[in-house]
Amino acid sequence: MKILTVCGMGFGSSMMLKMTVESVLQEKGIKAEVETADFGTASSAEADLILTNEEFAKQLQGSKAKVVAIQNIADKEEVKQVLEELL
Amino acid sequence: MEILARITAENIGAKASQQGRIRAEKEVIALKGLLDSKAIQTNIQVNDWEDAVRRCGKLLVETGKVTESYVQAMVQNIHELGPYMIIAPEVALPHSRPEDGVRKKGISVLVLDESITFAGEKRVKLLIGLAATDKDSHMNLLQQVAEVIGDEERLKRLKNAGSAAEVEAVFEHSF
Repeated sequence: MKILTVCGMGFGSSMMLKMTVESVLQEKGIKAEVETADFGTASSAEADLILTNEEFAKQLQGSKAKVVAIQNIADKEEVKQVLEELL
Repeated sequence: MEILARITAENIGAKASQQGRIRAEKEVIALKGLLDSKAIQTNIQVNDWEDAVRRCGKLLVETGKVTESYVQAMVQNIHELGPYMIIAPEVALPHSRPEDGVRKKGISVLVLDESITFAGEKRVKLLIGLAATDKDSHMNLLQQVAEVIGDEERLKRLKNAGSAAEVEAVFEHSF
């Protein structure tokens, strides 16, 4: 399972979202690879799930990976709900 | 032998907890300088999102964290890529790359008196300007910001803060 967190530069908010995802995965005891990416490379990257903001989620629809928008990237509860529905 | 083993174990335990404490204290010291009280402004009225981002960036310039070109890059990124820096409802995290002019890592906080439209239909009330020196060194910084943003109650307090002291108080628990 590979999860990609995406933002404009693959540096700020995607990193923050990665930390949130990792702490949820750890809490639930799920093993998955989490990587950050910038918007430009995300569409061609190999992944099972892409987590990003609403703007980029719209534009990334149609990728091979499932794309889900996150409203508050630091909110563990929101991320947990998304992962629980999908995993 | 048993006693010796126990004493040794206790010693190791005490040492480990002492080291943990020293490490925690060091982190507090290391993080203190990241949010300068001069880098906080509240009750601010702005013309538009660009004005808000420039003011947020100016606070980083004035506290010696970034150069003017970094602020320009922050604005340019939003023009090019859209309002993706909205990281939570009504919260924007304007930033750019380290090579765009970061001198020292740190953050700035700008609380608007009323929310504004941010490069589209989304609204923003709180801006947290981010200056990171490199990918690894700002993990701590992002973690501290995430801790506040991910906590509904603290985020609410931050959005409604009426003074720099109130903003500092919200961050103090994590810094």
